[in-house]
Amino acid sequence: MSNKVAVFRKEHFNAAHRLHSDKLSDAENAATFGKCNYANYHGHNYDLIVRVIGEIDPITGFVIDTKVLSELMRVHIIERFDHKNLNLDVKEFKDLNPTAENIAMVIYTILKQQLDNRYDLKITLYETERNYVEFPC
Amino acid sequence: MIFLTRHEHFNAAHKLYNTGWSEEKNQEVFGKCANANWHGHNYELIVTIKGEIEKETGFLMDAKKLSEILQTYVCEPLDHRNLNMDVPFMAGVLASTENLAIAIWQQITPHLPTNVKLHCVKLYETPRICVEYFGN
Repeated sequence: MSNKVAVFRKEHFNAAHRLHSDKLSDAENAATFGKCNYANYHGHNYDLIVRVIGEIDPITGFVIDTKVLSELMRVHIIERFDHKNLNLDVKEFKDLNPTAENIAMVIYTILKQQLDNRYDLKITLYETERNYVEFPC
Repeated sequence: MIFLTRHEHFNAAHKLYNTGWSEEKNQEVFGKCANANWHGHNYELIVTIKGEIEKETGFLMDAKKLSEILQTYVCEPLDHRNLNMDVPFMAGVLASTENLAIAIWQQITPHLPTNVKLHCVKLYETPRICVEYFGN
């Protein structure tokens, strides 16, 4: 029997953003993104759920120490994203539209680099209570 | 007397910043909430009205009409906007949740029928922070 277990950690951050593509005209941006394209930004309370799957370490009984996972999320994601403007303040979105989809992929890439290769990682990101994305799927 | 409550929501950017203070003082008092390029929230708005039931309709007020008032005078001007820059009724006001709740109260009251009084504006900035305003 596999002794793989999924460990989840939830965090949250509050950020401003707007949806805008440099490849579209102003009119096309407005038509595509609607009020999400408003010039002066809007914002969300993002809820982030990180899932780490791995085998239980026979010595510690842990897949991953949740304190370690929490600290990785705090240092590499929350401190960089919380109370920021994703378009202006977070370098990964300099040329990338900060949709929930792209934010989830960016978070995945950042955390994947910090985790041992033996772990399987999945990101769930809530932009609102009603809109959320998962990566990878 | 009966109470009727309606929930709405809007998403907005803001920053907490007192223009009469230095950058250092703003950072000291408001911390990361003073971030120059704003941040944002999913605001949840809970509005409660009170009054006597109308015999003819059985309603205190048609909840759909209350929703239309909230949409037109509150959510439409606030949703996907920057509270510091885009909202005429917040111009010159520090964009705290407390001040926003009072401004929302003032937006709603002129549009209520005479038999209805506004009882409470409850505004969640995050699931963990909310304010309540009762008009005094």
